[in-house]
Amino acid sequence: MPAARRTFPFVTPPEVETGRTAEVPITIVGAGPVGLSAALDLAARGQRVLLLDRDDVVSDGSRAICIAKRTLEISDRLGIGERLLEKGVKWNVGRVFFRDQEVYHFNLLPVDAQKFPAFVNIQQYYWEEYLIDRIADEPLIDLRWKNEVTGVEQDENGVTLSVETPAGGYRVRAEWVIAADGAHSPMRAMLGLDFQGRIFEDHFLIADVRFKHEHPDERWFWFDPPFNPGQSALMHKQPDDVWRLDFQLGWNIDREEAVKPENVTPLVRGMLGPDVEFEYEWISIYTFQCRRLERFLHDRVIFAGDAAHLVSPFGARGANSGVQDIDNLGWKLDLVMRGAAPRDLLESYDHERVQAADENILNSTRATDFITPKTPVSRAWRDAVLELARTHEAIRPFINSGRLSTPKIYEDSPIETPDAPGEFTPDMKPGSPALDAPVRLADGSDGWLLEQLGERFQALVFVSGTAMAEGMAKALAATGEEKAAIEPLFVLPAGISPSGLEAHAVVDRDGLVAERYQGRAGTVYLLRPDQHVAARMRHFEPAALRRARDRAMGRG
Amino acid sequence: MMNALRLEARLSDHDRLYDAFIRMHDGLSEAESQKASAKLVLLLANHIGEPEVILEAIERVRADMGDGSD
Ligand SMILES: Cc1cc2nc3c(=O)[nH]c(=O)nc-3n(C[C@H](O)[C@H](O)[C@H](O)COP(=O)(O)OP(=O)(O)OC[C@H]3O[C@@H](n4cnc5c(N)ncnc54)[C@H](O)[C@@H]3O)c2cc1C
Repeated sequence: MPAARRTFPFVTPPEVETGRTAEVPITIVGAGPVGLSAALDLAARGQRVLLLDRDDVVSDGSRAICIAKRTLEISDRLGIGERLLEKGVKWNVGRVFFRDQEVYHFNLLPVDAQKFPAFVNIQQYYWEEYLIDRIADEPLIDLRWKNEVTGVEQDENGVTLSVETPAGGYRVRAEWVIAADGAHSPMRAMLGLDFQGRIFEDHFLIADVRFKHEHPDERWFWFDPPFNPGQSALMHKQPDDVWRLDFQLGWNIDREEAVKPENVTPLVRGMLGPDVEFEYEWISIYTFQCRRLERFLHDRVIFAGDAAHLVSPFGARGANSGVQDIDNLGWKLDLVMRGAAPRDLLESYDHERVQAADENILNSTRATDFITPKTPVSRAWRDAVLELARTHEAIRPFINSGRLSTPKIYEDSPIETPDAPGEFTPDMKPGSPALDAPVRLADGSDGWLLEQLGERFQALVFVSGTAMAEGMAKALAATGEEKAAIEPLFVLPAGISPSGLEAHAVVDRDGLVAERYQGRAGTVYLLRPDQHVAARMRHFEPAALRRARDRAMGRG
Repeated sequence: MMNALRLEARLSDHDRLYDAFIRMHDGLSEAESQKASAKLVLLLANHIGEPEVILEAIERVRADMGDGSD
C-alpha cells in the first residue's frame, strides 16, 4: 500500500575500522527536518558538522504537511525555499462545517507583496529529500545513515557520544551536540531529563488518500460531522493528488481494528461521497501531547525541535517551530565557537525558544480544547459558538480549528535593545522577524528584501539619496570588526538610482519597505543574523549601533 | 486608559429584563439552556468589546461562587 520512500546507503564509518574517536566541532543527532536544517545552517556559516541518524529513510507515513511563511523564508536561506514553493500546494480558503452545514469560510489571502505565501502544503518526505539533496553538495557536512547514538557523556570541554552501526561501534568527541532526535528523544532519556506537560488521550486517524476527483484546494474542517458523529474531521490537499483526511476517533478505541481498511473506508466515503474512487497512500493513528523540556540548553548538549517540545498538530506548529529553533541557534553557536561572542549568548537561545515553545503549546492546547471539548459545559460553549457563528459574523473569530503557525515575536529578550519611547509604533518592534517586501536591485532587476539579507548582522538604513548613504557607509566601515561586522543595506526611495553607489543598496520601488518598517530618512534597523530585529532608531549613529550589536551578541 | 468593569447600577426596567432572562430558557433542556446562556454571553461580550472588562467580570463571578460547594 504505501509508496516506497527514498532510502540512503549505509557507509561504514572509517572510525569503525581504525578504532579512533571521530573528532568534530559539532555533532547533530537526528536527521529529521530540524537536524537537516541545522546542518545546512551551520555549514553556511563555515562550520564542519557530523550529522547522525539511526535510520536510512526519509520520514515515512503521515507527518507534517503545512509549512508556514517564516519556515519557507528560512528554507530559502538554506537553499530549498523555491523548490518547496514550486512543488507545494498553495491554498488560501478554509471552510468550517458544523454537523451538515457550512458555518463560514475564510480567505488567508496571499500575504501581499512578499516572496512566500502564508502556507504551502507539501509532504514531509519531500521536504527532507530537498534538504538531503542540498547536503550532498555541502562538503562541510558528513551525514551518516544507520548511525545510532547509544551513549552520551559530557565534561567542561566537550561531549563524547557512543555510536552503533551495522558494521560496529565507534565514539565521537564534539565540542557541541545538537539533539534533534525527535519526540521520543533517546538523548533526553540518556541525560535523564524531565519532559513536562499534558498528554491528550484522544486518538486521531489519518488516511492519506489519492484521488483525482475535482475538489478545490481548500482546507475543510468539520465539527461533529454526520460521517463521524460527536467528533471532528479535517481534509487538506497535498501535492500529487494526495489528500490528508484526519478523523478524531475518541478515547477508548482498539487501534488495530481502527486502521483496518474495512473500518476506515466508511469514514472516507462519508467525507468524500459514495462515488469518488480513491486509493490509500498511508493509514495511521496518532495521539498527541503538549510538553516541553524545562531548559533546552544542557551544558554542551542543545535540544531543538520535537526533542525539546511537542504540540498537537492543529496549527502546524511542530516542524515549523523546530526549524525556527535552528534559525535562532545557528548564528549564536557559530559566534560562540569562533570566540566572537561569550558562551552566555546561548542562554538567549534558551530564553527565546522556550518562550516560542510556550506560545505554541498554549495555542495548540487551546485549539485542542475547542476541537475536543472534555466536559458538558465546554461542549455547550463550543456548540454555542458554532451555532451562533452561522448568522453572526462577529462570533466567528471564536471558532478555533487550529490557529496556524506564526513566528514568535521575542519579548524581553536579554539581547534586544528596546525602542526609545515614542519613536515607533509597536509594529516590527525589537524581537520581531523582518518582514519581506518587493525591492529593485542595483542592476535594475526586481527582487525581495529578505533575499538581500545574509548570515550576518545587517543595518537596514533608510536614506534620502546616495550621498547620504556614502557618508554612512564610511562611518560604519570604521566600526568594523571582522567576526561580527555590521553590513549596511541602504533603502533608497523610489525614483532614486543607486548607480555609482559602492555600498549594498535597494530601491523601495513600491514604498512598501518604508511602510512596513515605518522608515524615513535616517531610520535604522539593526537585524540579527536570523533576521529578527535587534534594535531600531530614528538617527543613524554608529556608536549606538555598535552597542546594540554587542548586546545582541551577549557581550552585556 | 483601560476601562474597568462598571459596578454602579446602570439599567432601567430590571423586572422586564429578569423575566426575559428566565423566559429565554422556556422549553429548553438543561443542556440546551446552558448553550443559550453561552450564546447570550457571547453576544454581550462582543458588544462590550473590551476583553479586560470581560475578564474582570469573570473573576468577580468566580470569586462570588466560592469553592463551588454551596
Ligand atoms: C499527523 C501529524 C501531522 C503533522 N503536521 C505538521 C504540520 O503540518 N506542520 C508542522 O510544522 N509539523 C507537523 N507535524 C509535526 C512534525 O512532523 C514534527 O514536528 C517534525 O517531524 C519534528 O522534526 P524533528 O527533526 O525534530 O524530529 P523527527 O522528524 O522525529 O526526526 C528525528 C530523527 O532522529 C533520529 N533519531 C532518533 N533517535 C536517534 C538516535 N539515538 N541516534 C541517531 N538518530 C536518532 C530519527 O531516526 C529521526 O530521523 C505533524 C506531526 C504529525 C504526527
